[in-house]
Amino acid sequence: MSALVGTGIGRGIAIGSVLRMPDPLPDPATTPSTIGPDSEKERVTGALASTGADIRERGERAGGKAQEVLEAQVLMVDDPTLRSDVDSRIDNGATAERAVFEAFAGFKEMLIGIGGYMAERAADLDDVSQRIIARLNGVAAPGVPESDTPFVLVARDLAPADTALLDLDKVLAVVTSDGGPTSHTAILAREKSITAVVGVVGALDLNDGDVVIVDAGAGAVTRDPSADDLAAAEHAIAENARRGSVPIGPGALADGTAVPLLANLGSVDAIDKAVAAGAEGVGLFRTEFLFLDATQAPSVSSQYAQYSKLLRGFAGKKVVVRALDAGADKPLAFLNDAAEENPALGLRGLRALRANEQILRDQLTALARADAETDADLWVMAPMVSTVEETRYFVELATELGIKTAGVMVEVPSSALLADRILGEAAFASIGTNDLTQYTLAADRLLGSVASFQDPWHPAVLKLVAEVGKAGAALGKSVGICGEAAADPLLAVVLVGLGATSLSMSPSAIGDVRAELLQHTREQAVRLADAALGADDARGARDAVNALLVPQT
Amino acid sequence: MPERNVVVASAHGLHARPAALFTQAAARAGVPVTIAKGGRSVNAASILGVISLGIDHGDEVVLAVDGEGADELLDELTGLLTTDHDAS
Repeated sequence: MSALVGTGIGRGIAIGSVLRMPDPLPDPATTPSTIGPDSEKERVTGALASTGADIRERGERAGGKAQEVLEAQVLMVDDPTLRSDVDSRIDNGATAERAVFEAFAGFKEMLIGIGGYMAERAADLDDVSQRIIARLNGVAAPGVPESDTPFVLVARDLAPADTALLDLDKVLAVVTSDGGPTSHTAILAREKSITAVVGVVGALDLNDGDVVIVDAGAGAVTRDPSADDLAAAEHAIAENARRGSVPIGPGALADGTAVPLLANLGSVDAIDKAVAAGAEGVGLFRTEFLFLDATQAPSVSSQYAQYSKLLRGFAGKKVVVRALDAGADKPLAFLNDAAEENPALGLRGLRALRANEQILRDQLTALARADAETDADLWVMAPMVSTVEETRYFVELATELGIKTAGVMVEVPSSALLADRILGEAAFASIGTNDLTQYTLAADRLLGSVASFQDPWHPAVLKLVAEVGKAGAALGKSVGICGEAAADPLLAVVLVGLGATSLSMSPSAIGDVRAELLQHTREQAVRLADAALGADDARGARDAVNALLVPQT
Repeated sequence: MPERNVVVASAHGLHARPAALFTQAAARAGVPVTIAKGGRSVNAASILGVISLGIDHGDEVVLAVDGEGADELLDELTGLLTTDHDAS
């Protein structure tokens, strides 16, 4: 056997035989047209119309977010600027195929030149271009192969038009050689809960009919698996299925140690779903949604109405609300309008609130008022705190305005390293693992090119979590985790081993985490955490933890 | 030719969805509409043209409409540009 590695999306496991997606069409030849510009343009007109209709029809069948992406592709097909570019190339003697190819390539270069988010859209243009050229050539558009039996789809990368129409009864898993965690393949795989491993080096060496094990949790694709590998994978698949049936109840380890499982919420609309999933409260309520549509800060009374609804939804339970976290990727004109070279390192989080203290005062006042009138247990925390002094500032202000429990988010290494002193001031800490990973590994969490660094299993990140856990234990204060890390069941166990006392995640992940916690005692969790801390990198940490798990046969 | 200066509100500037909404509205208008940034002007009905301007959050652009109902159209397009479509 040999394992190919990549970035897993979700944690599904699948066993199946490979079906390769056809490679892209060859570049059209540069030989001059033999039929003349008018005929070439007529061919283009027909090909554009039928390609546009085809993509639109796929969108209508797919619906949802996929339809939006595909509608944007239809706009590209119909684009007047593109058409005049194609026409002028044809006037200069090119064939329809070559003119389309060159015009799209030109725009693609331009998008890549703009960089960042735009560059990631470049794949959409390639896809549209290929589809038009396939039409012109009268060949099938490149896309997902059809099969009567279920298969593991292996591709360079999936275009939105492909992912949108994947037949989930047939596609057991998706493996791509290109693309990172922010690619369309990854986004849509997440949305549709498709087992996927992206960015797999060597994926294109797989052949039709090869049997593979795709393990998204481990980010690995095993080719030519042994009988033992297959048995282990089948066991894991059965385990996963069984997890769904663990009864709802408070989160706890096998030895009974309570680990409250809380929900991350972004609006009051999601309360019911969280309660249904068995959330024991809210570990992170993001208040940004109240502000992002606004051109000015919302009033105390309009905020109060929302907070009151939230707290009533969790009567008698803990609700941790994060003060407005804006700046960087979430700019708000009335908070920070300055153009910053490095917004992630700029005036964001508590820093931005402090520069606009009235906004913070209004928010805390509205929260305190809602708290006084309901019997939920309201905790309030400040986003992105980086110093002890900031902690003191926030706690004092919150206390002054009537907040009973004031804490901070640990998202930058400085506050993790000084957690003993930070927790000397604050009532609790909650670790935001996404940002903590971004700042620890100096990797912009929105940037696909450094996505491989954005892994909360990295021992450097875990070491910082351990610092906070140690400080919390010494001072008897709560250390929560909110962030994607807590939603990874095995990592959740490691985090508890590092000293986390509660875990907060999207409601849909709570069941899996609850089931995994029940498999380990506190002592075992600590042992797993030690193994992870001792590794050199994120993959090593995962492997070390997996190696300690006794297979339950 | 009626013109208007607009500051773009979408948090990630004019890409994908906001750009699509804007160009669709411009295309529906049936009269020539241009959008310009930094002196470079493109057909507002062209998503690739609009994207190529690399319009960011907070950038000022100039809309120009040639034809009947220019003011109403400018109002509609300005409304689209000053709404943050990434917020939802």
